[in-house]
Order: sequence, then C-alpha cells, then structure tokens
Amino acid sequence: MSTSSAPLSPSSQFPSQGRLLRARLTTYIALALVAGLVFVALFGAGLSPFDPNAVALPERLAPPSATHWLGTDHLGRDILARLLEGTRVSLGVVAVTLSLLLAMGIVVGGSAGFIGGRFDQIAMRMTDIFLTFPTFVLSLFMIGMLGTGLVNVILAIALSHWAWYARIVRSVVLSLKHRDYISAARMAGAGRLRIFTRHLLPSTLSQLAVLASLDIGHIMLHVSGLSFLGLGVAAPTPEWGVMLSDARQFVWTQPMLMLWPGLALFVSVMAFNLLGDALRDRLDPQLQREHMH
Amino acid sequence: MAGFILKRLLLLPLLLLAASIIIFLLLRLGPSDPAMDYLRLSQVPPTPQALEHARAALGLDQPLITQYVQWLSSALRLDFGVSYATQRPVFEDMLHFLPATLELAGVALVLTLLVSIPLGRWAARHHHRAPDIVVRLIAFFGVSMPNFWLGFLLVLLFSVTLGWLPPMGRGGVAHLVLPAVAISLMSLSINARLLRASMLEVGGQRHVQYARLRGLGEREVERRHVLRNALLPIITATGMHVGELIGGTLIIESIFGWPGIGRYAVSAIFNRDYPVIQCFTLLMVTIFVVCNLIVDIVYAAADPRIRISREGVQ
Repeated sequence: MSTSSAPLSPSSQFPSQGRLLRARLTTYIALALVAGLVFVALFGAGLSPFDPNAVALPERLAPPSATHWLGTDHLGRDILARLLEGTRVSLGVVAVTLSLLLAMGIVVGGSAGFIGGRFDQIAMRMTDIFLTFPTFVLSLFMIGMLGTGLVNVILAIALSHWAWYARIVRSVVLSLKHRDYISAARMAGAGRLRIFTRHLLPSTLSQLAVLASLDIGHIMLHVSGLSFLGLGVAAPTPEWGVMLSDARQFVWTQPMLMLWPGLALFVSVMAFNLLGDALRDRLDPQLQREHMH
Repeated sequence: MAGFILKRLLLLPLLLLAASIIIFLLLRLGPSDPAMDYLRLSQVPPTPQALEHARAALGLDQPLITQYVQWLSSALRLDFGVSYATQRPVFEDMLHFLPATLELAGVALVLTLLVSIPLGRWAARHHHRAPDIVVRLIAFFGVSMPNFWLGFLLVLLFSVTLGWLPPMGRGGVAHLVLPAVAISLMSLSINARLLRASMLEVGGQRHVQYARLRGLGEREVERRHVLRNALLPIITATGMHVGELIGGTLIIESIFGWPGIGRYAVSAIFNRDYPVIQCFTLLMVTIFVVCNLIVDIVYAAADPRIRISREGVQ
C-alpha cells in the first residue's frame, strides 16, 4: 500500500484539534465578512461624500485619485459611492427575496406535509413541474411575464426558487408528524396551528437556514446576471451587474472599470458561501457531502 | 432496469405537457396584455379598433382553453407562430441560433466532467496534502466566481494583454476556450469538491478496507472500489449542472459575441415578444428534461441497486 493514500487516516473520521480550530476560524471570518457587508449596506451611503448617481461629464473616466478613490465611470460618477450603494441594492434584494422564499416554503411545504392527502399530492406535483425548469431559464421566463425592474426581479427569483424550499419544509414536517411528542401535544389539546407553529416549524428552521445561506450567493449571482443582461435592475441604479454591463464597452480602454463591481460581487458571494458551509457543518452534521443546488 | 427506463420515458411527455401549461397560462395571466405588446412591437398606435383587430388576429378573444389547445397543436407540429417584433417564424429563428448555443454548452459540459473528475480524484488521493489544498482552493474560489466577471477577466488576460486567444465570435477551437472555461468553472468546482468528499467517504467503508486486506494494490482499490462508487453522486450532480450550464451560456454569449440563442431570447424577453418567449422556454425545458432523462438512465445503469429495485432515484 502506497503511503500517498490517506482515506483511512484517523483524521478523516475524527477531526483533529487543529482542524476544529480552523473550522471555527473560517466561521468567524465568514461572520466578519457578512457583518461588514451588512454594515456597508446599512450605512454605506454615509461613508462616501459622493452621490452614486451624480453625473459629472467633465470628470468622466477619471483614474483613482485622492478625491475619487476608485476613479469615476463613463458618466463621471464616483465608483466607490456606486459600489457602496450597490451593496445596499444587492443585500436588500437578497433579504426581500429570501423572506418571500421562506414564507412560500413554509406555507406551501408546511401545509402540504401537515395536511397531507390530496392537497399534498397537488402541491408536490406543482414543485415537480417547477423543478423541470432550469432555474435561470425560469427566472428569465418570469421576467418575460412580469417585465424588468427591481420588484419584478425579486418576484421572478422567488417564483423560480420556491419549490426547493417547499420540498425541504415538507420533508422535515413529514418526518416529524408522527412522532410521539406531536401526538402528546395533540392529546394535550393543542390546535393544528399551534402544533405546526410551536412544535414542527422550529425543527424546519435549521434546515431552512442551511439551504437559505447556501442559496444567498446563488440568488446574488442570478440577480446580477439578469441585470447584466439588461433584464434586471434598471440602468441608473448602482447594481453590480448593471455596473459590469456599463463597463463592458471599456474592456479594452478602461479595464479597471469592470474590476471593482465584479470583485464586490465575488467577495459577497464568497462570504455567504463560507457562512453557509459553516452553518451546514454546525447544524447538519449528517450532511457530510457537498450540498448541490 | 427496462421498466425503470420505460417509466422515465413515459414521464417525459407528461412533464413537458405540464411545463407547456405553466408557460402558456402564466404568460396569459401575467400583468400585461399581449395585444398591447403586439401593437407596440409592430409600431401600430393602440387605438381601440387596432386593439380589437389584434385580439381577433391573435385569437385572444377565444377562451383560454381553446387558445392553449391551438397553440399546443401547432407547437407539436413545430409551428410556434411568428415573432411580434420581426414577423419571422419563431421556430426557424430558434433553429438558426440553437446549434451555436448547444455547441458552447456541450463543450462546457464536457470540460466540466473532463477536468473535475481528475481534480477530485487527485485531491482525494492526496488527502490533507498539497494537491488536496490546491484543489480545494480552486473549488473554493470557483463556486463563488460570477461567470460573467470571469469572462471579462479571461478576455482581459488572454486577449487584451497576452493576445493568445480571440475575444469575440465563433470559429475554431480557439474561440471556444474562453467562453467554455467561464461557463464551466462553477460546475467544475462543485463537481471536484463533490467527488473528493464522495471518494473520501467511500474510501473509509468496509468493502474498501476488505479489498485492501485481500491484498489488492492501492491503485486497483482506488479505481475499482472507490472511484466507481464515488462517481454515482457526480452523475446526479451532472443533471443539475446542465441547467446551470444552459443559464451560464445565455449570459456568457453576450460577452463573447457568441451567435447563439442568448441575445435573441434576451431581446424577446425584454420586449415581451410572447411567441418567442414561449418557444424559447419550452425548448430550454425540453433540453434540460431530456438531459436529465439521460442522466437517470446512466445512473440506473451504473448503480446495481436500481437495476434490481423498481424505485428510481428522484
């Protein structure tokens, strides 16, 4: 047996002290990054003296300087101010979309699992149908139905992702429905709504948290991708995908223009992915395999 | 096994039928009036007479069911009507753009499998050592990288700075490299991580230990007992990746001036050109569903548990 293979080494079954420390460290880094992003989203506008939408044509395409730290774009707008405002847009869209998704998942999946029978069958066939669409194509289609713009992007993403959430909630509810403690609650006279909200819902939350945190990066990429194609958030809004789309005509002359918004998007997606991985390892130890979505 | 495949094959038209209902109904029940969009795209002022005329011409005054049946029966004959904007037959235009998109998405899929399997295998073989760390780093960055930004970066490095590869257009193999890499990096990273984790898991199982105890060489054990079993989740994952690769291709086409279906579809979606949107969505769903059917069949053929039991993988 060659020594180059280590699948049987104890470390694969029992994480060493060092690996546990490193796992904790990445959790803290992820938390710090996400906290930083949330801070910028909430207070970013105050960090820059410039209006992200103020057009100043004489200063167009200015290089980085003491006044404009990252320079200006083709309309003379301060890039840093637009990046900061873009954080608010991205995180705002994600927050609203996720709330919608969680609500849809809990209502549809929860009632399907809890009520069961006919209703469950119909709800699950609906999720089957939605899952036959590739997610991005489905959001493109939803945009075609609803039209472009900030609100419609949120709706489009929510309508194209909800089936995953409904499935997860349903499966947790189904697995717990016939446990003794639920029967005990029922015999103690608890109503259906109370049983659902007090005894079933809390158990679904950890699974939902894992799915949602791993999905955030995905949602961000979809939103920016749609905006990049001109189908998402409309042009003057400083969204990162919009900024990238604005920068594309200057790839040859001003390559720095496309560096910053892409980097902002990349770092944000990475931060949430890290957090998602950490949450999964903590809340869902059985799920050792990589999560697929 | 034959029963399983037959069941899947029978399910296929049902799924497509359901998808077609969703596509048709949602567009009709959506907030905008197709007749208005039709007039706008034909650049006719929306007078009441014009609207009424357009409604009659498009069959919008018929009951929804009749409209759907008419649309579906033409669609089955591959007639998806004419585009509101160009007045050209939709399906003909789709067929014109589709090969370029399929070529790019197909190459991206092949690249995903061709690179991720050796990478994942290499990482698992050298668990906790340099190759493992390298692969995990690549995958770590790969899963968070926006494909359209990566496309720009690749153009910047390989076309603008180094001048090695063409930045635009469709042609030989050289034109395929940058867009295919940009599209596939994410699926490739997910796959490599998945295979690595799966190989490590299988590697710790009893039957693998037993194979080692039987005195089989490590290479033999890895190839015959670990890799074979560990590839099963990769097959399932590939079905999911097809959807992401299609989506990625639609975005990346616009960066590389790839003459595929992307730009056509995007402008139709922007303009609410209903016949084009319907045809485009149904076409993409069909491709996705057929790919997943193939994936299921491959899985069934690879997994002896399915060859025996009737219930398949979901």
